[in-house]
This record gives sequence, structure tokens and C-alpha cells, in this order.
Amino acid sequence: MEFGLSEEQRLLQNSVRSYLAEQVPLDRVRMFADDNEGRARDIEQGIAELGIPAILIDEDHGGIGLGAVDACLVAEALGYAVAPVAFTANAMMVPRALVLAGSNAQQREWLPKIAAGTQVVGAALAEWSGARDRAGVSATGGTLNGHSLFVLDFEADVYLVGDTSGNLHLVPSDARGLAHTSLETVDRTRPIGKLDFNNVGAERLPNCDEKVRQAVLDLGRVMLAADTLGAAQAMLDQAVDYAKQREQFGRVIASFQAVKHMCAEMAAELEPARAFAWYAAHALDELPEEAHLVACQFKAHLSEVGQFVAKTATEVHGGMGFTDLLGLHYWFKRIGFNRQMLGTPERLREEAAGAQGLIEV
Amino acid sequence: MDLSFAPEYEAFRAEVRDFIASHRHLTPTTTDQRHESVLNWQRLLIQHGYAARTIPHEYGGAGQAPDILKSYIIGEEFAKARVNAGLGGQGISMLVPTLLEVGSEEQKRRFIAPTLLGQMIWCQGYSEPGAGSDLASVRTSAVLDGDEWVVNGQKIWTSSAHIADWIFCLVRTEPDAPKHRGISFLLFEMDTPGIDVRPLVDMTMTRNFNEVFFTDVRVPEHQIVGEPGDGWQVANTILKNERDSLADPNQAQARVNALIDLMRTSSVDGVRVIDKPEFRDRLMRLQGRVMANRYNDLRNLSNRLAHSSEGALARMIVKLQGTELRHEIEGFAVDVMGEIGLAYGANPYLKDHGSWQFNYMFFLGLIIGGGTSQIQKNIISERGLGMPREPRPQAA
Repeated sequence: MEFGLSEEQRLLQNSVRSYLAEQVPLDRVRMFADDNEGRARDIEQGIAELGIPAILIDEDHGGIGLGAVDACLVAEALGYAVAPVAFTANAMMVPRALVLAGSNAQQREWLPKIAAGTQVVGAALAEWSGARDRAGVSATGGTLNGHSLFVLDFEADVYLVGDTSGNLHLVPSDARGLAHTSLETVDRTRPIGKLDFNNVGAERLPNCDEKVRQAVLDLGRVMLAADTLGAAQAMLDQAVDYAKQREQFGRVIASFQAVKHMCAEMAAELEPARAFAWYAAHALDELPEEAHLVACQFKAHLSEVGQFVAKTATEVHGGMGFTDLLGLHYWFKRIGFNRQMLGTPERLREEAAGAQGLIEV
Repeated sequence: MDLSFAPEYEAFRAEVRDFIASHRHLTPTTTDQRHESVLNWQRLLIQHGYAARTIPHEYGGAGQAPDILKSYIIGEEFAKARVNAGLGGQGISMLVPTLLEVGSEEQKRRFIAPTLLGQMIWCQGYSEPGAGSDLASVRTSAVLDGDEWVVNGQKIWTSSAHIADWIFCLVRTEPDAPKHRGISFLLFEMDTPGIDVRPLVDMTMTRNFNEVFFTDVRVPEHQIVGEPGDGWQVANTILKNERDSLADPNQAQARVNALIDLMRTSSVDGVRVIDKPEFRDRLMRLQGRVMANRYNDLRNLSNRLAHSSEGALARMIVKLQGTELRHEIEGFAVDVMGEIGLAYGANPYLKDHGSWQFNYMFFLGLIIGGGTSQIQKNIISERGLGMPREPRPQAA
């Protein structure tokens, strides 16, 4: 029985954290957001050098073959730094889909490029967790039509597209008949957008089934929730630091119980959430019979914890928390983004209920 | 990350399950702590090493080597099977570990075995009207007169004082010493002349709490644990244990499973409650929180096994989270039953022996007792997050 991080995992976590702390400070994030930079090539290169896009890909395909717990620690670190870089689709869902459903040739072609960071692959899979405004892509005879909203890691060279019958396809971003529209959202650290398909030729992944769809979504959900964990921890840390500096009524506000209790409540929610993250990630690799239920519950739970921390940490900062000056809102918005993507909490709780046989059909 | 248990432990788990399956018909059904069935069950559990597990044979325990995992497995299996895990009470959970740690050999031999067997029931004389969260302010006094302490004062929230044989009691013996230094830890019999016990009915309508008044109560000088003035340290050897045992996430998990059964069997307008999405959503929310707390518990267990100092915060939040969560789970079950959830006492519609409504209120008591949620938040923010203490008011 050992439920905790290994020495290697702590080292990995520290190296990603310190890279991001040095190379992606808030000023860099701000620049990305203000300039609508789309892709931050310097950060892409930096994280590729750390092996982040290669993390789940096996060594035969140029990766480093680590597990979901390691990936989860990376996601947490990215959230902590509100890092504006492709991850959830490109480094997680796409490689998992290629491994589970792709042909050998597709794996040989794409996995090494993703691992090396030379190609970024986005994922048009939002409709599998609830199609908004009748979005959807249909496939007939190798041709795609329709549109997909909220494409993750939108600024990409290639897209993985899920169709309405549950199949997966690869489409280059410069494919004929494919139109891109950026969609501005509250979270400017993560570009997303809409893809319109007008008779677009696509390459199907041959082995997609319900299990694959669930595995790909669950992995993405766990990573978004881990990102929320990191972002929320960053907000708590900033709130505590701020409260120790800011003086009112002749003393630091961190000495007022009203403020201390807000911080204690955030910590009391975040500590169990961290254990939940480890367990959910571990389940993806090792506990197939629970993995889906745990992934749904983990993301639903972190959505609520994240929302609570985002609000409370902002309040601890008082008026400054509400301004753009401190930039605290980048974390607030990142947490908001993660909550809505790949399954809202209500939907995930319904899926969790279904996964344990509580819904009669 | 390795959540598997070594074969030795899987075998042990199977043993515990077998025991539960073949003996559960002997589980006591009464709440009378002196009932024969209760005492027999306790004796049986000790014989098998499922209660008083690590307490040495010579003091009446099962004499097993300390093994955190085995203790964890016992707790988990009894909770899962929803089977009585033996006698609790403050004698067993607080006094026995204290005596083992700091008691004299004579005290260990005299008190531990009968306490474990349920033959000696204890109450805890800590809180006073003026010493609640600020426990070190106790004013009940004990003055040495010849070879006896003479105790005067009042205790409150004294659970089981009306049935207890003995009390372990914090008294002030050095009134001029600093607040934490002048306290002593005395043991005395509840039928000593000068003790007046008055019941304090709580909101569950149970007579469990009491006020206890002492008027010139004479206690033999040697019935002190530790040295005079060391009482605060003696009491604190184990206070931490009390907090966490109130919030076992395996119990919370068992209650969520019972709640699912309740939702499957309760209906409104002919529709099962489990089939109503708004109730299912609330159930799933609670389940998610229980999961978070169970994994937090696994992390704490793992750190205990490895003697690791990692996760200090994860340990500090257990009482706060666990008691608040149980209160919500039990309260949600009342909502599941709606009007029927109000049933209490002799009502033919009572479900699960009224345990949901009872626990809904009872856990509010636990949120307050054993260090209130607000005190827990002070501890978390000060010791866990390094935030400063509230400045002391300036003396006028």
C-alpha cells in the first residue's frame, strides 16, 4: 500500500513547476492574451524540451512512456502557472485516441511528431459531452460535413474530429473545405474555436468504439480537473500571501479570523481534491472498472471546489482581486473554462450515476 | 502508487470478513452499554483482535503488534458490513491510550482491563461553562489536604456522567501558575460524596450530556496521572485522536451506500426518489465529496505507514471535513423522505430506526464538539497556512 508520489514524480513536478515559474511568469501570460498570440512558440519549445507532449507516448514512438499520474502532475503545474500552451488535446486525448483506435501507420506517422513537439493536434470532441446549438459533424463515405464548436488546442496543424456516429477522424488544418473561426472566450490563455466542414476529406481511425470514446474523454476530463486543482492552489497561495502583506486597522488582514477561515476553507477543499486527482489518474491506468465513474466524479467535484476557491480567493484580495492589475482573474477564468469543457458538472454526475447502475433505462 | 495490499493483508481481510459473516447474528441491538450482549460482543472482538487490538495482554487487550494496515482493514470491513465495531466511549478511546502513554504501572493494571471489557465506564471531565474552546481556562480546583485532593467546581457537556463509574478530570491545582501549567489530571469514582450529576438533554432528546458539580469531593492523592501541573500535557497526548475518530470517511461511504438503498425504496407520487434527477444530482455531489475524503484518508494512511511528514495539511482537515460532510449526508436523507423524514420516536413510518434524522442532529453536535469547526479553521490557517494568530486583547 503506497498512495503518494514517488521520488521521480516529485522531481518531474518540480522541474515543470520551476520551468514555468521562470519562463512563463504572469507577464508572459498577459502578453499572450493581449496579443492574441494563438501559439506561443517559445513555450511550446520549452515544454517539448521537458518532454511534456511526449509524456504518455511510448518509447517506440519517440515518447517517454509515463503514466496518467505523471501527466496529471504536469496538468496541475500548467494550471498553477495558467500556462498558455496546448496540452489536454494534443498531449493527452489525441495520443490516447491514436493508440487505442489508430492504425499502426497512423500511430507511426503522428505519435513521433506530437512527442517531438513538431506538430500540434487539436481535438474537435466537444459534441461528445453535449452538443450545443445543434453542432455536430457527420461522416459519409470518408467525407465530413457540419461544424464542431469549442475545439480544444485550436491553434493546431491537424485535428482529431469526433463525428455524430462515434467515429474519429484526422483532418489537416489546411484541408480543402475546412473553415476555422476563433471564438473569443473569457479564458484567453487557451485559444478555442469552431471548425466548419464542407465536404472535407478525412482519414478515419479504424478501431474506435464506445470504450475508446470513454477512455479519451475520461483522460481529457481528469486533466482539465487537474488543471483546475493547480489553478485553485495558485489562487489560495496568492490569497494567503496577499493577506500576510495587506494591512488594515493596524494589522495584517491575515490575522483576522474572517480572512483566516476563508483560507482554511479553501485548503480544506483542496487537500482532499489533491488525493482525488492522484486516485483518478491512477484509476485511468490501473483500475479500469472504476476509471469512468471516478473520472466523472473527479471533474464534477473539482468544478465545484474550483468555483468556490476562485470566488473566495478573489474576495480575500478585496478590490484588488477584481482588478486587472493583479491578474488574479486569469486563474479565475481558467477554472471557469475547465468547468464547462468536456462535460459540465451536472452532466458528469448523471454519467457517474449511470456508471454505477443508478439510472434505469 | 500502489493500492494493492500484500497477500498477507488480503488474507487478513478475508479473515475479518469471515468473522463478520459468521458472527454478525451476535451483534448487540441495544444501546445499553451494560447489557450482557454488549459485553459479550466486546469480549469476542478482543479475543479475535478486532478491538483493543494493540493493547498488551497483561492489560486485557488483544496484544497484537501494532500494524496500521490491519487496523485500517478492520475499520474498513466493519464499516462496510455496517456491523458494530465494539465499545467506544471516552474511557476506551481517550483514557486507555493516555494511561498507556503516561500512566503509572499501578494505574495501567487497575484501570485498563476493566475499561476495555466494559465493566468500568468513564466520563471525561474537561469542559466547563467558562472553558469550552478555550479549554485551558478550567477553574475547577483541587487543593491537597493531607493525602487527599479536595475538588470543587463544575463541568459541563460531560457525556455518560450519569452512567459512569469513574471520571478523568482536569482540575486547577496551581492557581498562580501560567494557565497551561497549573492543571492536573485526576481520576476518581463517580459515587464519591459531593458529586451531583444533572442531565442536560440535547436536541436529539437524548440524555447523554450532563452538568457535573463537585462540592468538597475528596480524592486519594495518588489518583493523579502524571505530576501535579502536568495535566494539560497529559490531556493533549491524545486529544488529536479524538478529533479524527469522529470523521471516519469509511463510515461516510457506508452511509452513502445506505442512502442509495433508501432512495431506491422511498417514493413520491409513485416515483422512486432515485429516479428523480434533482435528487440523484445531490446524491452524486455527496458521493464525490465522500470519495475525495476517502482518498485523502488513503494518503494519510500511506504517510503514517511511511512515517512521512508529507501531507500535514491533509491531516489537519479531517475532523472539519468529515463531520460537516456527515451532517449533510444525514440531512439529505431526511430530504429524500420529505415529510416522512420528520418521523422520530414512535412513528410507524420511521425508516432505518430513525437514524437519519437522529444523525442529522447528532453530527451537528460533533461539528461543535471535540474542537468546533471554527477552532479547526484556526488550526488549519495558523499551523497549516502560516497565518498569524489573532492578537490578544490589550489588558484594560
